[in-house]
Amino acid sequence: MSLLELNGIEKRFGSVEALRGVTLSVEAGSVVGLVGDNGAGKSTLMKTITGIYQPDGGAIRFDGQEVTFDTPGHIRSIGIEMIYQDLALAPQQDVASNIFLGREPTRMLFGFIPGLIDRPKIVAEAERMLQRLGARVPSVLSPVGVLSGGQQQSVAIARALTFGPKLVIMDEPTAALAVREVDHVLDLIRELKRQGIAVILISHRLTDVFAVCDRIVALRQGQIIADEITAETSMNQVVSHIVGG
Amino acid sequence: MTTAPDAAPKPRQNRFYFRIESLVVLVALCVVMTLLSPFFLSTSNILNILLATATIGVLAIGATYVIASAGLDLSLGSVLGLSAVFGAFLVDRLGLPWPFGIVGALFAGFAAGYVNGQLITRLKIPAFIVTLGMLGIARGLALVISSGQAIYGLPSELVYLGQGRPFGIPMPVIIFFLVAVVTHYILAHTKYGKHTLVIGDNEQAARATGIQVERHRRSLYAFSGLMAGIAGLIFMTRVNAGDPTAGLNYELTAITAAIIGGTNLFGGRGSIFGTMIGALIMGVLQNGLNLLAVQSYYQQMAIGAVLIFAVWLDQFNRKVAAR
Repeated sequence: MSLLELNGIEKRFGSVEALRGVTLSVEAGSVVGLVGDNGAGKSTLMKTITGIYQPDGGAIRFDGQEVTFDTPGHIRSIGIEMIYQDLALAPQQDVASNIFLGREPTRMLFGFIPGLIDRPKIVAEAERMLQRLGARVPSVLSPVGVLSGGQQQSVAIARALTFGPKLVIMDEPTAALAVREVDHVLDLIRELKRQGIAVILISHRLTDVFAVCDRIVALRQGQIIADEITAETSMNQVVSHIVGG
Repeated sequence: MTTAPDAAPKPRQNRFYFRIESLVVLVALCVVMTLLSPFFLSTSNILNILLATATIGVLAIGATYVIASAGLDLSLGSVLGLSAVFGAFLVDRLGLPWPFGIVGALFAGFAAGYVNGQLITRLKIPAFIVTLGMLGIARGLALVISSGQAIYGLPSELVYLGQGRPFGIPMPVIIFFLVAVVTHYILAHTKYGKHTLVIGDNEQAARATGIQVERHRRSLYAFSGLMAGIAGLIFMTRVNAGDPTAGLNYELTAITAAIIGGTNLFGGRGSIFGTMIGALIMGVLQNGLNLLAVQSYYQQMAIGAVLIFAVWLDQFNRKVAAR
């Protein structure tokens, strides 16, 4: 049984059919590259998995559980994390708060007033997580908005990995990065695979996709038109899938 | 603008998120007033300022929460008036026991805010329009309930809330202080407060990380209405009447207090501590203009000008910080 199973997912926005029956499975510990032209439906498909969008048809199973009409909060709690292309960070909040966004641990104030966010714990664990990722962030108390693009990316990655996910979806994680930072992200994906964490990588950069993915899935006009083992395909073939050969 | 600002991030954050400038302004205002008027620093005048600040301050707390979440509540002043009238109506016209005055005022405020939240999040009508509409509706309803006349004569228990002075401190000031402590704790130290700021900072991020944005927004407008209810209760018990014109234009002062206290007009930042300083600035300003015998018409102009100036200053700072 696969970790993630999508079966005939459909999504319409008004009269636009964004997804037209997408069936796809992702095994635990595998890295799947999702490629396709702009507007092919990649991000829509991922946002349907994470509960941001509700599908108009089809079913999603994760880890043997039906999760078709679920909320983003619950999807995260069962082990699916997504790193968004725009990173989905709160720029005026500090690094530590962003890493624990939506999952702040709390304790009692004076032993009886509930709901106090456990700042020391958040700060300590945020520092530990960033250190583990080898990320160079000036301080976990800095507002995220003052950090560089690469540093913000590190914060988004740290947030996705802090709570032990089983599947991490990355939407164009390397698009805005310098070469050295790209290598860092690719190394990270390999490391996740080693730990048995599945990764779906959405990218326009086919060299990155070929470098780390076990399988490459091409999406065109809301449909999967190719699902191939990386070792058995070629750059030219994938390009022709994307543009429609 | 030839000097380049230091772009390095501050190693330590200000846990209160208020503007140091606002504290400086408050102190400067007090110094100027002391020089201009011998009465300014008298105990009775300071208590006067605090008393006047209490109503505006509670209202400004509601404004702070909503604005920090990138929302807006223009109905605060009118809902204050409705709450005052409704509370007085229950005990005076219907003859219910005095606790109904409290419950009624709070309920009226909460209900108006609840309706705001429902319309904004379920029907997707912009907050600006919904709360502007509620500004008219609540004021009109207050006039209808009271037949356009102030409802005079409350039980002494209620009047104590507005005029009592345990240990020489006016009750409204005590209520304001307690409300401020509780709401500061919630905004600065709990998930509810954090999520309020995050929704204002980046709504998409809030949604993606599992925060229930619509539900949270609904609760924020109800909260803001409840604050208007508390302010209405203070107003009603202080003047010993449910006056349908109570709180006219108070939203202007309350929003101004929140903004000069450091609340980001576009959401993502705000603190009750800052808002208290903002409310005190408004209180001292109005008191000072009164002491200097400036006509109240000019006071309205001054408050409006302060609001525009504070937002301009914020925009200016942001532009400098972004370079």
